[in-house]
Amino acid sequence: MSALTRLTGWVDQRFPLTSAWKAHVSEYYAPKNLNFWYFFGSLAMLVLVIQIVTGIFLTMNYKPDGALAFASVEYIMRDVNWGWLIRYMHSTGASMFFVVIYLHLMRGLLYGSYRKPRELVWIFGMFIYLALMAEAFMGYLLPWGQMSYWGAQVIISLFGAIPVIGNDLSLWIRGDYVVSDATLNRFFALHVIALPLVLLALVGAHLVALHQVGSNNPDGVEIKKHKDPRTGIPLDGIPFHPYYTVKDIMGAVAFLIVFFGIVFFYPTMGGWFLEDNNFIPSDALKTPMHIAPVWYFTPFYAILRAVPDKFLGVVAMGLSIAVFFLLPWLDRAKVKSIRYRGALYKAILALFVVSFLGLGYLGTQPPTEARTLAARIFAVIYFGFFVLMPLYTKLDRTKPEPERVTK
Amino acid sequence: METTLQRIAACRPRCAAATALLLLLLTPPLAALASETEAHLDKAPVNLGDKASLQRGARIFVNYCLTCHSAAYMRYKRMEDLGLSEDQIKDNLMFASEKVGNTMTVAMGSDEAKKWFGAAPPDLSVIARARGADWLYTYLRSFYRDDSRPTGWNNTLFDKVAMPFVLYRQQGEQVLKKGSLGDAHGAKMLVLDKPGTMTEPEYDAMVGDLVNYLAYMGEPAQTTRVQVGVFVLLFLVLFLALTYQLKKEFWKDVH
Repeated sequence: MSALTRLTGWVDQRFPLTSAWKAHVSEYYAPKNLNFWYFFGSLAMLVLVIQIVTGIFLTMNYKPDGALAFASVEYIMRDVNWGWLIRYMHSTGASMFFVVIYLHLMRGLLYGSYRKPRELVWIFGMFIYLALMAEAFMGYLLPWGQMSYWGAQVIISLFGAIPVIGNDLSLWIRGDYVVSDATLNRFFALHVIALPLVLLALVGAHLVALHQVGSNNPDGVEIKKHKDPRTGIPLDGIPFHPYYTVKDIMGAVAFLIVFFGIVFFYPTMGGWFLEDNNFIPSDALKTPMHIAPVWYFTPFYAILRAVPDKFLGVVAMGLSIAVFFLLPWLDRAKVKSIRYRGALYKAILALFVVSFLGLGYLGTQPPTEARTLAARIFAVIYFGFFVLMPLYTKLDRTKPEPERVTK
Repeated sequence: METTLQRIAACRPRCAAATALLLLLLTPPLAALASETEAHLDKAPVNLGDKASLQRGARIFVNYCLTCHSAAYMRYKRMEDLGLSEDQIKDNLMFASEKVGNTMTVAMGSDEAKKWFGAAPPDLSVIARARGADWLYTYLRSFYRDDSRPTGWNNTLFDKVAMPFVLYRQQGEQVLKKGSLGDAHGAKMLVLDKPGTMTEPEYDAMVGDLVNYLAYMGEPAQTTRVQVGVFVLLFLVLFLALTYQLKKEFWKDVH
C-alpha cells in the first residue's frame, strides 16, 4: 500500500474525502449533451473566485473613509505594484459577473431548468442573484466618485417612498441624513464581509440542491429515467470528472481571453464598466445632471421610472425581480426545453428578451416623453411574460419530447 | 447546428406570424431608442508613444496649470515614464515641491480659491478620465472675451466657467461671432480679435501636448497595461488551443 493510499485511508476514516469527491465530481453523472449555454455556471464560480481574491488584495490598500477613499483608489491605480491590474480585474469582474449570470439565467429560461424537480436550485439561484445585486450596489459606493455617491443617494432614497416607515428606514440604511462617511463604512463592512459570506453559503446550497437532482440539459429530459440496470448509472450521463472538468477548463480559458481583453485593452468599456463621472470625487453639494445606475441594474431602474407614482414604481421594481421566484409554478408547458416548445412561446420569450434589453438601454438614458412611453410598453411586455405564462404555456403547441437526449 | 436550422425551417409559417407580431409590438419602443446628438468635440491628438510631446505637455502643465490646480495623486518621480531622469525632473518640472517622491500639490487652499474664483479649481490627476481628452482639447481652445463675467472670460463649451483663461497670451483673445449663439458649437463660433504670440496651428499643438500629458497622467500605467496585455492574451490563446485538444482527447469516447 502506497503512502498516498494510506494517507487517504487515514483521512477517509475522519472526513468524507473520497466519498465527497465521488458524489460531487468523479461519480456525479451529468448529461452528455450539455452545450455552450452550460459554461456559465462554472464561469460564475470562476468570477466569484476572481472577485474574492482581487477583493482581498484591494482591501489591503483601500481606505473606507469619506476623506480618503477616492485617493486610496488612485493610490492603488498608481503606487501599488500591479494595483491597476488588481483593481481593473475587480471592476471588470463586477460587470462580467452580471454578464455571466444573465446568460446563466437565460439558459434556465431556454431549457426550463427551473421546472420540477429543480425548483429549489432555481430559488437558491435567485437568492444568489439578489445577494449579488446587493454586493455590487454596495461595492459601487466604495470608489467614492460622483456616480458612486449619487447612485447610492438615489437608490437608498427609494426606500423613503415606502409609506410610514420609509424615511426612518432610509435613515437607518444610510446612518446619516445623506450618504456620508457612515454609509461608506457600513457598505464596506457589508461588501467585504457580510455579503460574501451570504453568497458563498448560497452558492453551496445551489450546488448541493443541483447535485441532489442532477443537471438539466438542452433537451429538458431527465437522464435518471434511463439507467443501466447493472450499474445504476444514467445511460445518457457521463462523469463530471474528467469530461466536464476538461470542458469547463477550456470554457474558462476562452472566457479569460474576453475578460483579460477588457482588463488590458478596454477596462472602462467606454464608460459602461467604469463610468466617466466616477473619476470625479464625490461631492455632496453637486448633483450630477444625469444619474444612472451601472448597466446591470438599468432594466429594473427603467421599470421604476416607467411608473408615474414613486411608491408604486418601487413596488413594480421589487416585483420585477421577485416574480422570477415564481417561474417554476407559472410555467405549465408539457415540455421543458425550447427545442420542443411551439412558436407562441418562442415569440413571447423573444419579446421578453428584447424588452429586458430595451429596458436596460432606457435605464441608462435621461428620460424623455418617447422614452418613458417605450419603457412603459417594455414593462408591460416584461410583466406580461410572467403573468400570462400559465395561459400561453398551456395554449402553446408543443412537440413531443424524446425519451433520451439527442446529440 | 443543422438540427436547429431544420427546426426553424419546419415551423416557417407560424414563425413568420410570430415574428411579424413581435416586430409590430416593438416598433414604437425601438423608435424611441434612437439617441440624440451631443456637443461637437474636436479630436485631441493623443499619442502616448510620443515622449517628446508628453514632456512638452508636462512642462506646460507645471507652468500654467499647477499654480492653481493640483494633481494630488501624481508623483513627480512618476514622470520618469516620459523618458526623464530624476535630475531632469528636479531641474525642469519642480517648482512647487522639494522631493521627487511628493505628489503634485499646490499651496493655494481650496477655501481661498473658492473666495477668489467662486469655485475651487478641481484636482487634475484624473480629469482626462472624467472629461475625456477631446473635451479638454476643445475646452482649452474655446475661451472668449465676455465682459459680463467676473473674470472677463467665458467658454463656448463650458458656459459661465469660473476659470480665467490663462493661455490668452499664447492664443490671443477670441470673441463670440455675432449671432452665432444657438447654431454651431465650439471653436467655429469664435473669431480671433487680438492675436497672441502663437499662430493657430502652434497654439493647437501646444494644447495638444498638454492634453496628451493629461491623458497620460489620468492613468500612468496605461502603456504598461497594453504591453502586458499583448503577452497575456498570446499566452491565453495558446493555452486555449491546448485545453481544446485536451477536451477533444477526453471526449473521443463520448457518443
